[in-house]
Amino acid sequence: MRYALKRILLGVPTLLAMFTAIFVIIRVVPGDAAAVILGDQASATALEALRVELGLNQPLSQQYLGFLGGLLQGDLGTSLVTKRPVLEEALRVLPNTLELAAASIIVGLALGMPLGIYAAVHRNAWPDYVGRLFSLVGLSLPAFVSGILLLLAFAIQLRWFPVIGTSQGGGLRERFLGVALPALNLGIIMSAYVARVTRSSMLSTLGEDYVRTARAKGVGPSTLVLRHVLTNSLMPIITVVGLYFGTLIGNSVLTEIVFNRPGLGRLILGALNTRDYTLLQGLMIIFASFVVLANLLTDLAYAAVDPRIRTA
Amino acid sequence: MAALLLHMRETTRFLSRGGVFAWIGLVLLAAIVLVALFAPLIAPYDPLEQDIVNRLLPPSPEFWLGTDSYGSDVLSRIIYGARISLFVGLISILIAMTIGTALGVLSGYIGGRFDAFVMAVVDLMLSFPSLLLGMLVAAVLGASLENLIIAIAITEIAPFVRLARAPTLVLKEQEFVQAARSVGCGHGRIMRVHILPNLISEILVMGSLWMATAIRTEASLSFIGLGVKPPIATWGGMIREGFENILEAWWLAVFPSVFVFLTVLALNLIGDGLRDATDPKLRQRD
Repeated sequence: MRYALKRILLGVPTLLAMFTAIFVIIRVVPGDAAAVILGDQASATALEALRVELGLNQPLSQQYLGFLGGLLQGDLGTSLVTKRPVLEEALRVLPNTLELAAASIIVGLALGMPLGIYAAVHRNAWPDYVGRLFSLVGLSLPAFVSGILLLLAFAIQLRWFPVIGTSQGGGLRERFLGVALPALNLGIIMSAYVARVTRSSMLSTLGEDYVRTARAKGVGPSTLVLRHVLTNSLMPIITVVGLYFGTLIGNSVLTEIVFNRPGLGRLILGALNTRDYTLLQGLMIIFASFVVLANLLTDLAYAAVDPRIRTA
Repeated sequence: MAALLLHMRETTRFLSRGGVFAWIGLVLLAAIVLVALFAPLIAPYDPLEQDIVNRLLPPSPEFWLGTDSYGSDVLSRIIYGARISLFVGLISILIAMTIGTALGVLSGYIGGRFDAFVMAVVDLMLSFPSLLLGMLVAAVLGASLENLIIAIAITEIAPFVRLARAPTLVLKEQEFVQAARSVGCGHGRIMRVHILPNLISEILVMGSLWMATAIRTEASLSFIGLGVKPPIATWGGMIREGFENILEAWWLAVFPSVFVFLTVLALNLIGDGLRDATDPKLRQRD
């Protein structure tokens, strides 16, 4: 418990640094942000009004303090286009994005770990080569490319899934069909990372003395692999899942665009197309918070798996 | 130059080790590079030529990979698109590699507060999703070839800082560095002549793996609409266009996708083989 608290407090400066970085990047828009947003044809009064609305007429330090103060109160600003609070816009579609992320992590682990274990046990035999080739293919597929191919094959040609992933409303069946293909897309890519690290982690554990001892005293092959080797190979797998979270966010943005699924990714695309800088900034802050949260969960998972970390 | 030769030696050694996958990758990449270099000779049509009569034609003997919604030949556009993808990938990775390595060596060599600060920034950059960072930078700078390169380079500096710093920490304590200092070498010269050559091969090996990521990021940003503007042919941009017509013309999205995939796969195959060949731990175990 003390460890958890300490770890949570450590996340605060990281979060603050990320927020500051996002603030700075958004503010380096070359030239006048108001002119960029409104275009060349805008009148002087419209430009001035927008500057006041964005707070661009204030000194930078004041803008920064206002930005941080707003964040403390959970205020991410107001969308320039819809004039609605950014947080409200994001919360409306957040369940869809979380649903997709959870489903794809399940697919990624359920597919990747058995593949990695199988490849490690059959090292340098053909299952190992097939597994490694699969991993490399997975690592080389940009998420939108695999998404488009899945969409073409299973939704457009075979018609097993709806072309547009409407997860809003509808029964459980519609919901499942809507999330299945995007989750499969993200899960397959993730399983490539998971399979690869599971394999190498298992290989190094398989070489340990205690594994030989266990084998010598007659532990059966499946118990040996699953209880003695796998449990001691979990740390790198947790690390990869934690590290992969950032990539998962990027890939889920692309996947939501391809499958036309309402979510944070689609919001980002909209913000980019309409030059809605406050929405863009707010979404980046939400994503940054997720990353810090994922890092926190990863560290807590370490502690759960390895008692030495808890007590240290 | 010495570093490059070292890299060559490493490459031939790994090739002699006979990694089949790596060989496939090398042949594949060579083919794509040749296609990009000789694009004007190979492409059957002008990639920018529009011909409304022949729009959205499926693959045929006349147009091998079909035509797009402006009637341009898809194959020719893919061939010219290879130039942009490879160019952006190569230049952005060179920038990231140069800045990252310089910063990493400097950070490891100087140590202290400067090191702590640089590493804090690097950790921050590594934990933020790189595609989102690229999107943010590209969106703020505006869509153009140079800005795309800058955005991708920024997302890939951090790993090179890490990669260069770790060996620098070990190398700077070595006797030959102390010896160099005792005969009056300046810090700059020590870093350049005595430390850099000892870590450059590792950096170059990782370079090919990260170039794969760079090309993937380029395609992703172009797909989102943050890349080089049409009508210039880029793979990501073509996929974006094809995706909009996916119900009527599947070939528009599929063929450029295949080329993105093959290029990234080729670089990953090579990078993987190089890493296996240069990793002493793996060599012992095999």
